[in-house]
Amino acid sequence: MIARLSAYERVGRFAAIAGAALVLLSVMLPWAYGKRALDDMTYFFGPSPLQLCGAGVAAVCLAALIAGLVALPGRGPTMLCWNDMARVGGIGLAFYVGAVLVAVAVATGGLVNVEAGGWLAFGGAVLAALGGLTLPDSPQATLSHFLTPSWGQIAAIVVAIASALFAAAAAVNQGDVEDFVVFGVWLAAAIFLVRASGVFAWLSLAAAGNRQVLVMAAFVAAFAFPFTQNGSDANMSVAAQVLTFAGTAIGLNIVVGLVGLLDLGYIAFLGAGAFTAAVLSKSAFATLSVDLPFPVVVVISGTVASLLGLLIGTPTLRVSGDYLAIVTLAFGEIFRITMNNLDGTDGPNITHGSNGVPGIPNLNLFGFDFGQSHEILGVTLTRHANYYMLLLVVIALIIVVFTNLNHSRIGRGWVAIREDEMAAEAMGVNTFALKLLAFAGGAFLAGVAGSVKAYTDTSVSPDQYVFLESAFLLAAVVLGGMGTVMGVLIGATILKLLPEKLRFFDDYRLLLFGALMVLMMRFRPEGIIADERRQLEFHDEDEELAEDVETELVVHQAHHNLEGGKRS
Amino acid sequence: MTMTVHEAVARRRTADRTVLLEASDVTMRFGGLTAVNNVSLKVHYGEIVGLIGPNGAGKTTFFNCLTGLYKPTSGRVALEGEKLPPKPRQVVAAGVARTFQNIRLFHNMTALENVMVGMYCRTKANAVDAILRLPRHRAEERAATKAARKWLAFVGLTPAADVLSRNLPYGDQRRLEIARALATSPKLLLLDEPTAGMNPNETRQAEELIFRIRDLGLAILVIEHDMRFIFNLCDTVSCLVQGEVLVCGTGAEVQSDPRVIEAYLGSPQLEDEDDA
Repeated sequence: MIARLSAYERVGRFAAIAGAALVLLSVMLPWAYGKRALDDMTYFFGPSPLQLCGAGVAAVCLAALIAGLVALPGRGPTMLCWNDMARVGGIGLAFYVGAVLVAVAVATGGLVNVEAGGWLAFGGAVLAALGGLTLPDSPQATLSHFLTPSWGQIAAIVVAIASALFAAAAAVNQGDVEDFVVFGVWLAAAIFLVRASGVFAWLSLAAAGNRQVLVMAAFVAAFAFPFTQNGSDANMSVAAQVLTFAGTAIGLNIVVGLVGLLDLGYIAFLGAGAFTAAVLSKSAFATLSVDLPFPVVVVISGTVASLLGLLIGTPTLRVSGDYLAIVTLAFGEIFRITMNNLDGTDGPNITHGSNGVPGIPNLNLFGFDFGQSHEILGVTLTRHANYYMLLLVVIALIIVVFTNLNHSRIGRGWVAIREDEMAAEAMGVNTFALKLLAFAGGAFLAGVAGSVKAYTDTSVSPDQYVFLESAFLLAAVVLGGMGTVMGVLIGATILKLLPEKLRFFDDYRLLLFGALMVLMMRFRPEGIIADERRQLEFHDEDEELAEDVETELVVHQAHHNLEGGKRS
Repeated sequence: MTMTVHEAVARRRTADRTVLLEASDVTMRFGGLTAVNNVSLKVHYGEIVGLIGPNGAGKTTFFNCLTGLYKPTSGRVALEGEKLPPKPRQVVAAGVARTFQNIRLFHNMTALENVMVGMYCRTKANAVDAILRLPRHRAEERAATKAARKWLAFVGLTPAADVLSRNLPYGDQRRLEIARALATSPKLLLLDEPTAGMNPNETRQAEELIFRIRDLGLAILVIEHDMRFIFNLCDTVSCLVQGEVLVCGTGAEVQSDPRVIEAYLGSPQLEDEDDA
């Protein structure tokens, strides 16, 4: 059996096995001198949680290496991509242990504080990575060809969503910067490992077949999130910001992702919604204070924003491409400066100029005071947790609007405009009206998000709505994946969460994102989650990918037929 | 102008039929360049009319004038006696659909979605219907999907319904463009070089498809360079040279007209000079 291996591969595989085993053993030894480093890696035979995390990856890696060895005869397709798993796992392990050593050095003042166990782990991980690199590519995993029963698919989706919730909660709960970074590296390694195995491909098929289950599970997990943050208002504040940002980004996604119009002043619509809600609120500084029920305020804010969208769209949507980008960029600045000038000296006093409208009172809906902490199921839900829940409802509505429009004649018209505006017009699509609708509709969604933001932040001022924010919104859409909801949610989370957690990095934040964007554009221009249409657009020459997508389509069709057969 | 016997026959053959599209004295100037000069053309119900002419004769420009992509400098285009509206989408709504010389499909949409875009102007559901999934939206969506599948089946693309149009073979893309145009429920179909780049076998299939479209009761105006194709297909043929109609008549007439031969091959004297 072993004779079938080439000498090169044989050495590599056994080196990798030895390496992974070394990492597994090393967690029984201390990795660091000094309890301050990370989560106390100083015990013999008492691995810390982070050490256990590393051991988990090493164990999976080891299992994949051995399974690959057993599966060798015939070299046929295997259930999972064992070799790919082993390779990616090894590389991930090397990055992870490397990150741990750097973190230990940073926290304790030098690499001298790395114990023998740490070096052993690092050596093992590098060995596993190098060994893994010699392995040949796996044949395509056969997992996605198995038609698992629907309860199996549903269970898998629930497990996946629960793991995502658990990972998100664990990541947010990492207090120290080093812990957060190390955990982030581990998470990335784990995700890449699962992806390499071919499980993701199978999961996405299962998800496509059980959309409602997926959506339900995702929302249940999102609602469960505050319960994992017992009383931590700071974390929930970040989470609420993420949701506001994501809601706005989904609005922008209509304009950028579906219709293909570049809008660089989108934050103005969020601002319009926020200022409308603030000016109408019962704050002492509100100039138009009216006692209106909150849902009405939300609708008014959205409407004001969409009117603004129409105002800017009607004259400018006749230009396209770069020209539109410049016009919208200017519009964003005009909005900010106008809000600054509506202060009573340069114009009528509506917004109190650069002071904005502070002291917006908390919401009180159906007797539920959003300003108070509430005890539910023994868990304290803080003020920001309340707003987080409200924002979840709002964002659910925004997602419904986005997806329902996307899957309608209007959505098809939008994509047709993006693909070939002249052909769309020549096929009877009212391109101008549809572009205007996208502008107004996207602005409405942003305005709605803005109205909740006003209450969450308790104050609204013009300097929150600068060009940089528009750029970040666009970055969230592009990074996550244009035209998709899931992608934009992930993009928004990354772009809001990282700066909050990596505060020490603040000065280099823009540099970091610049680098991130450049890398994304080079290696994955379609974004983290690719719209299946977009994916092919960006990989024109990539025949393999086209075939993959075709195969997926065929398999998907097979699933579909089978389910249809079962039903009838 | 004297009328040849064949022309008289053609006139008589179409005289009892009503005119669907009538372009009278259409002129299109781009600055100093007159691309289309006083072109008049009639298409009757259920007729296949060919438009031939050497490269640069203004055939596609004339098409663009008919479909509202260009606004003619002067002249009038009428469908069923009514002047055609100025915008392309209004022209589509009035009942004139077209295909493009260089295929202009929505590349990153599936074949089915492409055809459904063609149905846009025949559906009414608005944003509110779509967001709230109201009955109107659902009924229309069902009907549109069904109709789109029907058109795909009509052009023989049923197996390709869920394939992105960019991944379709060339001949299929041409047929998909026709299906998309048919989905707008036109009375007149304008085909701009439907067999460009096709092999003889595909050309024969295209010919058969065009006849089947005619049998649905549509009139067809087709630009083509493949002479055998056009003379097999068309009831009448117009030859456009340097923006003007040179000859208009039956296939046989146009084929034998010395001016047409000259426009395509040059005059015999010139040929001799080249040889010398």
